[in-house]
Amino acid sequence: MVQLTLPKNSRMTTGKTWPKPEGAKTVRKFQIYRWNPDDGKNPQVDTYFVDMDTCGPMVLDALIKIKNEIDPTLTFRRSCREGICGSCAMNIDGINTLACIYGMDEIKGDVKIYPLPHMPVVKDLIPDLTHFYAQHASIMPWLETKTNAPAKEWKQSIEDREKLDGLYECVMCACCSTSCPSYWWNGDKYLGPAALLHAYRWIIDSRDEATGERLDDLEDPFKLYRCHTIMNCTKTCPKGLNPAKAIAEIKKQMVERHV
Amino acid sequence: MRYLTARKRAEGKGAAGTGTEHFWYMKLSGVGLALIIPVFLVAFGRALGGDRTEVMAAFAHPGMAILTGLVIFFGLRHYASGAQTMIEDYSHGSMRRGLIIAVTVLSYGLIATGLFALAKIAL
Repeated sequence: MVQLTLPKNSRMTTGKTWPKPEGAKTVRKFQIYRWNPDDGKNPQVDTYFVDMDTCGPMVLDALIKIKNEIDPTLTFRRSCREGICGSCAMNIDGINTLACIYGMDEIKGDVKIYPLPHMPVVKDLIPDLTHFYAQHASIMPWLETKTNAPAKEWKQSIEDREKLDGLYECVMCACCSTSCPSYWWNGDKYLGPAALLHAYRWIIDSRDEATGERLDDLEDPFKLYRCHTIMNCTKTCPKGLNPAKAIAEIKKQMVERHV
Repeated sequence: MRYLTARKRAEGKGAAGTGTEHFWYMKLSGVGLALIIPVFLVAFGRALGGDRTEVMAAFAHPGMAILTGLVIFFGLRHYASGAQTMIEDYSHGSMRRGLIIAVTVLSYGLIATGLFALAKIAL
């Protein structure tokens, strides 16, 4: 049956509280999930205090400041710092989002940071996304054609190109999939909102000639139909996309094939 | 421990090739039940409070008997399909299959019992 409690070795304990910065006037408290696979201990929540007068406005700025000035062992992914790479996805203040574009002014009280929920943790704030990426690869995220390649280019009308808006912008941060209860309970088989949004991006592409095969691959009670339109994916997407709508469109196309 | 590539784990045994019929049936029966259940409840409510002969006569009326039969058959089939979805969501492995069998047997048993009782009253 579905697990409603954490296994014993995953239960969180209170961790280390780091000293407040000396002479700081505006201090903010951060509670951050820590887990090291090498020390054999349970996960813990460490407490840090950051001088906000010398810190940038985004949560990632604070994390980088903590790593640089307080605790160099704090581990997290980051790269572009502008919401394009999707590396710094984490659960901040109860919401899956990108630390680089989430302002600390949006958070009331202490800043609580955890890794993306219901994923295996590699270390601290880094989830293991191997299965998530493999699911993305399984939907064949590339143009499939059977007609001989044209001399110049595959043409697409402006109207058909516009159908890809709201789909191609996905940065595969995994915020949506890891906010979805269906993905939590059946993530081994259910593709999740991110992979399905990408699947729809190729199904709807006017140049792609594998629409039938793509729909065949999704015709499954678990791969597609675990989506119950809970809408957490759409609510949490840091890029403002609508994976729930994309999934509904796939279901509509499935029904159109039958009825 | 199995040494499988991530891609093999993700693809599993491939697509089952079903799912849309179940999804479409739930939509269809949901809309149908939303239309007939209020009518049934009004008719059922009118029969309430009468003595045994009056209630038997109400259910023996062809319109009421057909309506009751539809509610029993489609209502319980809808229940079975919905319960299957719920079981698939929250249970795994042999327990999943066992629960689906149990729910299907229960709902078809209730359909048979209900239609038998209705036939005894109406025919």
